[in-house]
Order: sequence, then C-alpha cells, then structure tokens
Amino acid sequence: MLKKKPEIFFIVSFLAGIIILFFVMYPIINTFFWTKPGFILEALKDKDVMRSIYLSIGAATLTTFISFVLGVPFAYFLARKEFKGKSLVESIVDIPVVLPHTVAGICLLTVISPRCWLGKCLEDFGLEVLGSVAAIVIAMTFVSMPFLINAAREAFIWVSPRMENVSRTLGANHWQTFFLITFCLSWRDILSGMILTWARAISEFGAVIILAYHPMIAPTLIYERFSAYGMMYAVPVAVILIVLCLIIFICLRLLASDHMKGGAA
Amino acid sequence: MLQLKNLWKNLGDFQLKNINFTIEEKEYFIILGPTGTGKTVILEVIAGMYRPDKGEIWFNGKRISDLYPEQRDIGFVYQDYALFPHLTVEENIAFGLKVRKRNKEIISTSLYEIVSLLGIEHLLKRYPSTLSGGEQQRTALARALITSPGLLLLDEPLSALDPRTKQIFQEELRRIHRKLGTTTVHITHDFSEAIALGDRIGVMYNGEIVQVGTPAEVFRRPNSRFVAEFVGAENIIPGKAVEGAVRIIPDVEIQTVSPKIGDVILTIRPEDIIISRERVISSAQNSLPGRIVHLANQGPIYRITIDSGIMLTALVSPQSVEQMALNRGDNIWATFKSAAVHVL
Repeated sequence: MLKKKPEIFFIVSFLAGIIILFFVMYPIINTFFWTKPGFILEALKDKDVMRSIYLSIGAATLTTFISFVLGVPFAYFLARKEFKGKSLVESIVDIPVVLPHTVAGICLLTVISPRCWLGKCLEDFGLEVLGSVAAIVIAMTFVSMPFLINAAREAFIWVSPRMENVSRTLGANHWQTFFLITFCLSWRDILSGMILTWARAISEFGAVIILAYHPMIAPTLIYERFSAYGMMYAVPVAVILIVLCLIIFICLRLLASDHMKGGAA
Repeated sequence: MLQLKNLWKNLGDFQLKNINFTIEEKEYFIILGPTGTGKTVILEVIAGMYRPDKGEIWFNGKRISDLYPEQRDIGFVYQDYALFPHLTVEENIAFGLKVRKRNKEIISTSLYEIVSLLGIEHLLKRYPSTLSGGEQQRTALARALITSPGLLLLDEPLSALDPRTKQIFQEELRRIHRKLGTTTVHITHDFSEAIALGDRIGVMYNGEIVQVGTPAEVFRRPNSRFVAEFVGAENIIPGKAVEGAVRIIPDVEIQTVSPKIGDVILTIRPEDIIISRERVISSAQNSLPGRIVHLANQGPIYRITIDSGIMLTALVSPQSVEQMALNRGDNIWATFKSAAVHVL
C-alpha cells in the first residue's frame, strides 16, 4: 500500500503555531504558579490593589465610551464621504498607534501642563488635569481611539449605501436610517472595535505614568511593587488583573461573535 | 407627472448631460441603454440620493429637486434589491409604514394586501438570505409599493433573474402596473424587456437621452446609428441619397420614402424582408436578387444572410425554409417596401 506523502509545508506551519501558542500561553499560565493562593487573597484584601484595579477598569470603560461617542460618527463620515485629503485624515487618525507610548505621553503633557494655553485655561477653570483621573482617561483615549474608529469605519463600509438609500425613500430620515439600518448591521464589528479599544486602554502604561503616576492604575501599581519589593508582591496583582481582563474579554467576544438569526450578518 | 428639466450631474465615471423628459401620470416609462451609461444615476437623482449639478425635477406640480429622499414619495427597487438582511421579509415590507408611524391595523391591512398581490404570504417570517432571486425581487417590490408611492423607480429589476423567472416576473410587473397604476420608471439594457413593458422608451447613451418614443417608434424609426444598433436593427447600410432613392454601391439602388438628400444611413428590420425564389411583382418597391451566404437555425426562426451586393439579414420561419427548400448558396430575391426602409 502506498503511503500518503506528508505535506511538509503544513507540518512547518503547524510547528510555528505550536511555538506561538507556547510563547503566549506559557508565561501567562506560569504567572499563576509563581505565587500562592494566600498571597492572592491578601492582595484581594489590599485596598490599594483593588482601588487601582477598579480605576483601571473604570478609566478604560470611560475611554471606550468617549471613543464611541466621538469615533462612531466620525467613522461613518469617513466611510461615506469622499473628499480631498481623506487619506491624510485617515493617517492622522492612525498616528497614535505608531507613536511610542512614552512619546504620546510627552506630547499630551506639552498641552495639558499649565505652560500651554490649553492647560492654563483648564487650570483657570479650576481643573487640575495632571495627576487626575482625567489625565489617565486622556492618555488612554489618545492611544486607543484609533482602534474603534478603524473598526467602525470598516463596519460601515461593509453596509451597502444602497440599503440606506432605500430606507430613505421609504420615509426614514438620515438619523432613523442610521439607527435602524446601518448601526443594526454593524454593531457587532463596532463592538469588536470597542473590545480592542478597551483592551488597549487598560494595558496602557507609558503614556499614563507621564501624565498621572497617581492616582495609580493597576499597571502602575504592579510596576511600583515590582521595582520596590520584587516579584513576590507584583505577581499576585498581575494574576488578579489577568483573570479580570480575561473574563471581560471572553464575555464581550461571545457577545460579538454570536451569530445573527437567519445568518444574515 | 414627472418632469426632468435640463438635468446635469457629474459623478466622474458617470455623467448625466442635459436630461430632459416628461413622464405622464400612470405611464410606464423605460430608460433603455447599455451598461455604464449612467442609467442608475438618473434614478438616484430622481430619488434624491444625489443632488443635480444643474437643472430641476418636478413631480406633480412640485419642485422636488431640493427635497430629501424621504420627502419625495418615491419607491425604489435596486438591481440587487438591497433588502435589509437583519429584518424578516415582513419587517422589510412594513418598514416604510413603521417609520411613518402608521398604526398597527393599517400596517397589517396594507401588508396583507401587498403580499397577496405579489403572492409572497408564505415568506413573511423568513430572512432575505434564505430567499431565491425571484422571492427577493417580490419582497423588494412589496417594500417599495406598500407606502403607495406616487412614483416607482425600478433599476434593472429583471436582470439578476434566470430567464424563466424573468419571463414570469415581466408579466407580473405588467399586471401590477395595470392594477395599481403607479407611474413607473424602469431601467433596462434589454430591448425585448423594453418593448414588452414600456408605454414609452427613452434611449440613453453616454449620459444623454438620445431618443424618446413609443416602442414602435424607437424600433421602426431609430434616430441614430447607435439607437438602430442598440435596438437590434441588423441591416444598417450607409449610402448616398438622391431623390427618392439611395445609391449604396454603383449597382444597388434602394427606394425610400424619405426626402433626405446626401450621406445617409439606412436601416431595414430583418423581419420586413420577404424571401422568394422568383421575383415577386408586388407593391413593394425594392426587390434585390441575391445569394444565401448563411442560414442559421435559431429555434422558432431562421436568420438568413443574403449577398445582394450589400449584405442583408432576413428572418424566415422554419416552415418557409422547408417549403422553399432554402440552402446556402441558393439564388433568391429579397423584397421589401420602400416604407420599411428607415433613413437616418
């Protein structure tokens, strides 16, 4: 009997996949074994730890909300309108993605420090932005909004303008058409974009510490514990953050990938 | 009544150039033209998806060119139907009434009327992705008609259907138009569709309406070589007209009833040419001897190409071919009336 010749290419790509999965999963799983349940419990009781985690989650959620409110209408505009300099505008939207995060933080600092007119104005109104939750959200929004805009724009491009046209002829105005047709057909992709935005926001560290070392978000706290006390104190906090992020990530993923009835999506 | 006055629109790839025509109340108007000549753009301008660069659109005594699409009272069916994939057939059809906030009873009565008119009662709970082309077509038409629009715009509504479904749906469109009497503009590139449905036809070429007339007028008296070729006139012969006749090449002369003089183009519809073995003495002024160079069986009809010094195409029934025992290379006579010769 002839033996089927193995497909070398697939073997190579499969092995590459094994290496990648190991590279991603082993450090994460190993973190759990680096510490003991007692330490994690202790960290859970530590007010500073919990406050930083809540702050991280809260700031990332607020960031996602702001990005949604501003980014979705702008993404719709980019998806539907052709104009001179459009690719320039789209490139500008993407700039925060390519900037090193500490650089992004420095850039933001130049405008919200009281030495800039903008920071001065805010200060005159009694708004001390530096070292506040607002600064954290500003840093997070700056680096993570592009993900939402791009996801939403792609989603809107996918919805045929003809459906919107038909909806208009049927008597729906532009707003109704957007909410009844366009948004209904694209919200899953937008939700995926929101997950990315949220994940990007909660993982932000470089830009945040430049604008606000305090109040401490979880990554800052982990960094501080690591540099001041070492791994034994950093790992339990990291484990808690990993678990929380994974739970939220998995829930949103399930929601976004749940297939629409009738396979219409 | 719909009036397009000096309408211009430049969309880069597609242009409308000085479009002028009037469509009467309850008329079924066809815009006929090859693909890529801006036919869809005309409909989209009428419906308000684009603003014209210049010109005006009037509908029932009201200037509508400045109104939003939702204010125009126009039903639209796209070639790809553009059904809303996240809504069931029922929700798709009722959409127009729901956004108009009609009450539930009116919606369900109108829904029942329109779906029974189109025979799609059994599809109401289905999603568009599960429908066949014909079913999607009916759904899209029902969705456009349920609001009783004053004007119905159909963008190549039959071109995505298989030939059999197309035939059935063509009948359907005629029946629905007779019943509802909705003024309709229907776009197509298919001349037979245009003849079958249109009260009048506007032929479009390169962003311009080049001829408007009844199907018979456009068919018999095309006003340009483009229209003649497009509506399938096969005998298109250039020549020089002298009084009452056109000299084609030194020894062929064709009698016409046209007063035109000088360089002209003749068209003769292939079904107007009579084939005989002997010269026929009749009231027909033109009788040319020739030889059959090609004989093609096209099912219900034979297409015969004759060399009479000029090439002529004639259509003959299979019975005639059999009776006269026509074969390639046979010498025959081609006879046609001078009134059947259209001079451009």
